[in-house]
Amino acid sequence: MCLGVPGEVLSIETGANGLPMGKVSFGGMRKDVVLAYLPEVEVGDYVLVHVGFAISRIDPEEAERTMALLQELGDLALLERDLKAVQHLEVDDAR
Amino acid sequence: MTSSADLTTAAVGPAESTALDGDLPCPIPLDRYPRVLMAHGGGGRLTQQLIQEMLVPRFSNPHLAELHDGAVLAVEGNRLAMSTDSFVVSPLFFPGGDIGELAVNGTVNDLAMCGARPRYLSLGFILEEGLPMETLWQVVRSVERAAQRARVSVVTGDTKVIERSRQDGLYLNTTGIGFVPDGVEIAPRRAQPGDTVLISGAIAVHGTAVMSVREGLEFETTLASDTAPLADLVGALLSAVGSRVHVLRDPTRGGVAAALNEIAGSVGLGIELDEAAVPVWPDVLGACEILGLDPLYVANEGKFLALVAADAADAAVSLMREDPLGREAAVIGHVVDEHPGRVVLHSRVGGRRMLDLLSGEQLPRIC
Amino acid sequence: MSFRDPLLVQNVVGALGTALPRGGRGYKIMHVCGSHEHTISRWGLRSLLPQGLEVIAGPGCPVCVCPAHEVGEAIELVRRGVTVATFGDMLNLPTRFGSLAQAKAEGGDVRLIYSPMDAARLAQRNPDREVVLFAVGFETTAAPVAAVLGAGELPDNFSLLVSHRLTPPAMELLLGIGDIHIDGFIAPGHVSTITGSDAWRRFPEAYAMPVVVAGFEPEDILLAMLLLVRQLNRGEAKLENEYARVVPDAGNRPALAAIEEVFEVTPAWWRGIGRIPRSGLRPRRELAHRDARERFGIRFEADLSDLPPGCSCHLVMLGKAYPPACPLYGKKCTPSSPYGPCMVSQEGTCFIWFTYESDELSATAAGGAK
Ligand code: SF4
Repeated sequence: MCLGVPGEVLSIETGANGLPMGKVSFGGMRKDVVLAYLPEVEVGDYVLVHVGFAISRIDPEEAERTMALLQELGDLALLERDLKAVQHLEVDDAR
Repeated sequence: MTSSADLTTAAVGPAESTALDGDLPCPIPLDRYPRVLMAHGGGGRLTQQLIQEMLVPRFSNPHLAELHDGAVLAVEGNRLAMSTDSFVVSPLFFPGGDIGELAVNGTVNDLAMCGARPRYLSLGFILEEGLPMETLWQVVRSVERAAQRARVSVVTGDTKVIERSRQDGLYLNTTGIGFVPDGVEIAPRRAQPGDTVLISGAIAVHGTAVMSVREGLEFETTLASDTAPLADLVGALLSAVGSRVHVLRDPTRGGVAAALNEIAGSVGLGIELDEAAVPVWPDVLGACEILGLDPLYVANEGKFLALVAADAADAAVSLMREDPLGREAAVIGHVVDEHPGRVVLHSRVGGRRMLDLLSGEQLPRIC
Repeated sequence: MSFRDPLLVQNVVGALGTALPRGGRGYKIMHVCGSHEHTISRWGLRSLLPQGLEVIAGPGCPVCVCPAHEVGEAIELVRRGVTVATFGDMLNLPTRFGSLAQAKAEGGDVRLIYSPMDAARLAQRNPDREVVLFAVGFETTAAPVAAVLGAGELPDNFSLLVSHRLTPPAMELLLGIGDIHIDGFIAPGHVSTITGSDAWRRFPEAYAMPVVVAGFEPEDILLAMLLLVRQLNRGEAKLENEYARVVPDAGNRPALAAIEEVFEVTPAWWRGIGRIPRSGLRPRRELAHRDARERFGIRFEADLSDLPPGCSCHLVMLGKAYPPACPLYGKKCTPSSPYGPCMVSQEGTCFIWFTYESDELSATAAGGAK
């Protein structure tokens, strides 16, 4: 329901309206984003942006963990295939 | 009545006129669409509905039936291509171009998509009272430069002024005429199963550049519109690959998705598109993501789609890549017998889905 | 390695195939988020799911659930000469009052904005016009709107027509109905950045419903489904957070505080579903001058028959029926000519079925049915 896009914080300043603002890059395209809801955010962080507001900081360690899990699933599949292949071989040998 | 077999005169007057002409009800459901909406000009389904249900049946003739970017007319042994287009872009000046340049390139490119060498252009201005004279001058200068670059002459024109309604109102219409060289035959009906679909470069650049300066959407980018005259590149392609080029189309409003749907729809063949092969720049993708747009539906200028015989695809791509306007040319799909009239996309991650027309222009969304 | 990788997607799809019990009745999973639906359709994920695993869309589109009478209020404001600023999604929503696009075509001033900040700026630039932000969306959008509403110096000519909705109460209602057959829930990731994953904690406990908070990459959705399948296989019902890189357990406290400061919770109508207690927001009394309903004295009555006659959106939104089961689907109701609300938004379930799911087979099935 809510379009959120990750981008990198390039700079932080106080906007004309008194709100903390940041320049955020989305693949090179830059937009001014309100940072009021992420008081601890720092330059270089990746944040999730919805309707011009950063609503969450992206945790690189958690991202890593998800990525690792996704890769493991592949390794697991390979392992299973190998296991099956070995079982086949054993069956063949038994014949 | 004119005989519809006589191609040179068939384009005049309604074909199936009846005594009851005056009583014909409007074919658009008036309870749903009592008034014209912006979406009727967005290049999506509502535009299609207007063309297919209101316009084409009234003026039916073989030229119109081609539903091509322009018409190719046989005139005393020559083949003449004719095309018209109106320009209402806002703002008038945007990164990489302006309405004047667009008005020349847009029509010149529609002629090129018929395989024609563009020659003559008409120029119609509709101006709002109050428009700064300097703005008009800038646009005129820009038309001049673009016409020079595209080697077309502006041979007739018109100027009208309407009462002020919004700021900076300036609209342009151009009609172009060009000649189709012998042996060249470009038309949707020439599409064949097995044809390869090519794109001449990265997509969605123009639409994104214009959006970056629209009120309310502004973002910072180095993107500039890619508007450019394509006739030379098309000419080179045609002389190298010749009759194995079957269809050409510039994916302007409605983007690649609309253009491919129109082709598939008009010939009753299917098109398979490989998303991973479609060139999109990262900053274009970034802009599209943040606004919730799909680059496949975003307008292009200075790019074209070509359907070529499969055995000519490699030659066509390498030839296009030698030209600065075609440096990122790529094979992005092919024509199939299956799912006639529809475009199926193979997503980057391996899934399949229909790539359909939207109802109107794609709007920025929040969800 | 990054997301949107065919190999990673293949990994999860493979694991799903292995995890799914053979010969059973299969699993039906519901998400309640338009952007999840968008990810699923955009990447063609349904075409990758193993047989026996189904994912359906619940009421997760703030456009589809926005009741006709509230859109009517916005249209009424436009007809009274007020400038209404809203998000692109709202423009074409049909109601018995017409649509905002039609009100615009009649000469009204409707502006599309990207951010609620743009609406305030619009008011600043046009001091001689009344400017109203038609604020729709769930918690995720309510938080930015709260920041705008709470800002110190707002132009006098600026007010808001608030139609925000809260997600957990709707999910609660859905589960309370009892006769919908769902095996697991994918909870909306971006709502959860605000509410925290904790907002969903009571669902596994109270309704024995497995819940996984998921992100919006194709891998995220598939992984969430895998986690649900594994829970189901083990007979468990717990809350898991697949989107921990973005969603903290406790949510975004400054955002929650900002919402709390300017809004109060109120019962609200959901189109096609009805009135749900404590599921909407309205400006607090102190901000009545910023509340367009107070300022312009408009308040349309909710209408029980909120859907056009014959439209089955209420069944579609509750996951009780697929769009092709609606007799109007693909006939009187298409994306070019939407009849019911689910066909309007790009994330409406009927729109998405028509656009993405109707491959050559299901297109004939849908078109040929009835
Ligand atoms: S197809 Fe149209 S009428 Fe039927 S349920 Fe969907 S939106 Fe309603």
